[in-house]
Amino acid sequence: MNRFFAAIERNWKQGRVSGPLIGGLAILFVILLVSLIGPFFVDPHNAQVGALAPRRPPSAQFLLGTDAQGRDLWTLLVYGTPNTLKMGLIAGIIGVGVGLTLGLIAGAVGGVVDAVIRILSDALLTVPAIAILVIIAGNVDRMTTGIMALVVASLAWMFTARTVRAQVLTIRERSYVEVARVNGQSALSILFAEIMPNLLPYIVASFVGTVGSAILAVIGLEALGLGALEETTLGNTIYWSQQSAAVLRGYWWWWGPPIVVIAAIFLGLFLTSVGFDRFANPRLAGRS
Amino acid sequence: MTGERATSSAGQKPVLVVEDLQVVYETPAGPAKAVDHVSFSLRPGERLGLIGESGSGKTTIATALMRLTRAPGRIVGGKILLDGADVMQMTPTQLRASRLKDIALMPQGAMSSLNPVMQLEGQIIDAIVAHSPKMSRAALDARVDALLAQVGLNPEVRRRYPHELSGGMKQRAVMAIATSMQPKVIVADEPTSALDVVVQRQVMQTLGRLQGGLGAAVVLIGHDMGLIAQFADIVGVMYAGKLVEIGPVSQVIDAPRHPYTRLLIDSLPRIDIKKPLTGIRGLPPHLIDLPPGCGFGPRCPYAFDRCSLETPSMQDVAPAQKAACHLYPRNKSLPPLSARAERAQA
Amino acid sequence: MSALIELRGVTKKYGAFTALDNLTFSLSGSPPSITAVAGESGSGKTTFARIVLGFIPPSSGQVFYLGKDIARLSAAERQQFRREVQPIFQDPFDVFNPFYRVDHVLTVPVRRFRLADSEAAGQRLIEDALSRVGLRPKDTLGRFPHELSGGQRQRIMVARAVLTRPKLIMADEPVSMVDASLRATILDELSALTRDLGISIVYITHDLTTAYQICENILILYQGCVAEAGSVDRVIRDPKHPYTRLLVSSIPMPDRTRIWGGEELKVPEASAGRLANGCRFAPRCPFVLEECWSDPPPKFQLDADRIATCFLHKKSPISPDADVAGAFAASPTIVNGPPTRAQQ
Repeated sequence: MNRFFAAIERNWKQGRVSGPLIGGLAILFVILLVSLIGPFFVDPHNAQVGALAPRRPPSAQFLLGTDAQGRDLWTLLVYGTPNTLKMGLIAGIIGVGVGLTLGLIAGAVGGVVDAVIRILSDALLTVPAIAILVIIAGNVDRMTTGIMALVVASLAWMFTARTVRAQVLTIRERSYVEVARVNGQSALSILFAEIMPNLLPYIVASFVGTVGSAILAVIGLEALGLGALEETTLGNTIYWSQQSAAVLRGYWWWWGPPIVVIAAIFLGLFLTSVGFDRFANPRLAGRS
Repeated sequence: MTGERATSSAGQKPVLVVEDLQVVYETPAGPAKAVDHVSFSLRPGERLGLIGESGSGKTTIATALMRLTRAPGRIVGGKILLDGADVMQMTPTQLRASRLKDIALMPQGAMSSLNPVMQLEGQIIDAIVAHSPKMSRAALDARVDALLAQVGLNPEVRRRYPHELSGGMKQRAVMAIATSMQPKVIVADEPTSALDVVVQRQVMQTLGRLQGGLGAAVVLIGHDMGLIAQFADIVGVMYAGKLVEIGPVSQVIDAPRHPYTRLLIDSLPRIDIKKPLTGIRGLPPHLIDLPPGCGFGPRCPYAFDRCSLETPSMQDVAPAQKAACHLYPRNKSLPPLSARAERAQA
Repeated sequence: MSALIELRGVTKKYGAFTALDNLTFSLSGSPPSITAVAGESGSGKTTFARIVLGFIPPSSGQVFYLGKDIARLSAAERQQFRREVQPIFQDPFDVFNPFYRVDHVLTVPVRRFRLADSEAAGQRLIEDALSRVGLRPKDTLGRFPHELSGGQRQRIMVARAVLTRPKLIMADEPVSMVDASLRATILDELSALTRDLGISIVYITHDLTTAYQICENILILYQGCVAEAGSVDRVIRDPKHPYTRLLVSSIPMPDRTRIWGGEELKVPEASAGRLANGCRFAPRCPFVLEECWSDPPPKFQLDADRIATCFLHKKSPISPDADVAGAFAASPTIVNGPPTRAQQ
């Protein structure tokens, strides 16, 4: 543990670990913590319709009050945040994973394979995820968070693929790749040991972007009422609050907290991405 | 015949006076004195060659002359007089007006900083229009043609993009832009470092011709003593941010007074005889952690105790030649290196 | 005794552009020597290096390493080729992967070529290589490339090249991006490699002065063809090909009594269109003759240790050797290095 802290301190001095990185990770860590541990401290029944007296503003007993259906907001948040995060993360991981693989292959192999991947990703980039989701939502008996995550994921890989491919093409020409060849490294080893590490900032940035836009797409859908209405998510909470005209009726504790949580998630992701660039690129670290 | 260029500048008022210039870079580890009390002056038509290695401060001087120093660098002291006008006192408007019109800079790597998506004529016109916004299109076109001809470029080149030009052509295009407003001082920072030896000669001859036509003074910054010897009238040697020697070029080369100059000249390979290659051992000091006393002391074969205590200041060591070294005025010139010191250099 | 490296009729074309034209050249590894391949940009010298290193295939012709065609090596032979022929590149920055510390570029070959039995032995090997190029392992290892100066980085690259104890080092402009005062030191270290470790070096450059100082023989390339070749004393001190003369006279020397060459230069852009048949240099040549425009000049043997491909010398016999290296000085004179400690 001491070595870990010593390493952190050393990297801090070098400027690699910076304010934004720590701030961003801290925000995400807090949100994750609440998501993981929160459920142990709340009664899931409070999230069901009719559990409590409705429309109560925040009080000592119910920190964030209740909504028009008698659900405790705090419980809703504690259960809703991980569900929303889950969808974003699944879409992010699958999207970046697939995008990274395809981008590496396209950039490293070239030729026909590259052309196919490129045309495919360019075509799909123009497809709006929400339109697809609306169509699917209209045709699915029972929408679940899982389905939403998968659909968003299938349209989330193109940006990463294109970015990675462009970077691979650039990095391939660098002298240090030639040096790696004369040092006896195999082509595969060069791809993973020499080229990939320099892709980290792009991968992280893509991941942030993908998770962010996945969460947005999902929330957008839910706010329209096309989400998995039986499940507790941040977007659904917003939907219900709109259905009950919460803004007009002044129930700020209903529509406010979900928005704050969503904003916090985005802030955390953004700061992490900014801070990570400094970490991955030691040259940037020197500047204040 | 020493090959001295006949200049008509003798007796004229200096067009560029730099007095005690100090530029500091703020780094996380502390301030670095990139330019430390540098002074020189230039008369119209004169050519000064500033020679030094990387980190010696020569490029910093180039940008400081037009107050183009960017953060984390800062000019913290000294005076720059451009044809009598104090550059440090100028307002931003005056400064912008004087850039290119009075003093023009060809920055390092200029040929790769030509706008890649703009035709050449557009870039030259941009420069002119910034100073003379009211010029008619016809007048601008004529001017572009004239400028290109002056640098030896075919007028049809004006419609080309930078990537369609060779290195030498690009550098001459940069020269055309730099001289478009007929400046009084041209500062050329390593104008030929990426060029082949034949193209280099052409580019330098073009620069010389241009400068002669304008009667402008030139500050040529580089690290090639041969190039500076062939082009400049006066040579200034920079080391670790300080000017350590300055004087007429053939005088300095034939009889360098500062040990660094001497070692630098000695390390140059020649093609008339084969001799053992000698570099200068050691590394230049970190500008943040300068050793007390003379910056060159730790590497100097002539160093003695005073060198690590007191920083030497510039003093006259010969007619029109100055050097900053504790060996003077005790000595008239550099004593011969002892055999042991010579071997230690190898 | 098969030559270390042999090029037979190697031509490299990129579409209509010929980078290297029918070059036949061999380098013998014994005795170890330093040979210069000089020319301006566009001369084909970088193409030459890349072909020898096996990075790009020739359009026609073959390259042999120790008698074996490098295009047809088995995996084990390829591994040996990679070990024994090492490059040094020009740019001391781009050769380091910014993600890793500089140790990476030294530890990888130790591992890949199995140069040491244990990690400790590998570390010793690395430290020895660094000391050989005048670097202190303590100050160098563990740093990132951007923390070191250009000269230090280039020396690390030299150390890297030496680790595998190659037979041949292709040094492509190794000191052109290094400070003047350090150039001499690094070049001296390269000479020491030949002298002490028996490594032959091909020094690719456009700087004839450094070529003169450390090389015995030189090959001058112009637009893919050999203009002149022979010992440096002949070629550089007494150039016979008009292009070589142009090159040598354009070198700015600190000696003001030698003004930059008197003759007015023909602008290089004028030769943008390459001739199909004649001498490549004809458009720029101040001595151009009738036949220069229509026939490619053959190699004329002007001295025992020099050839020039120029019709000005048509009175001289044509060189019997297809191999350009036939013109090289037979017994190389090793440049006198600084006196070693023992000699003091």
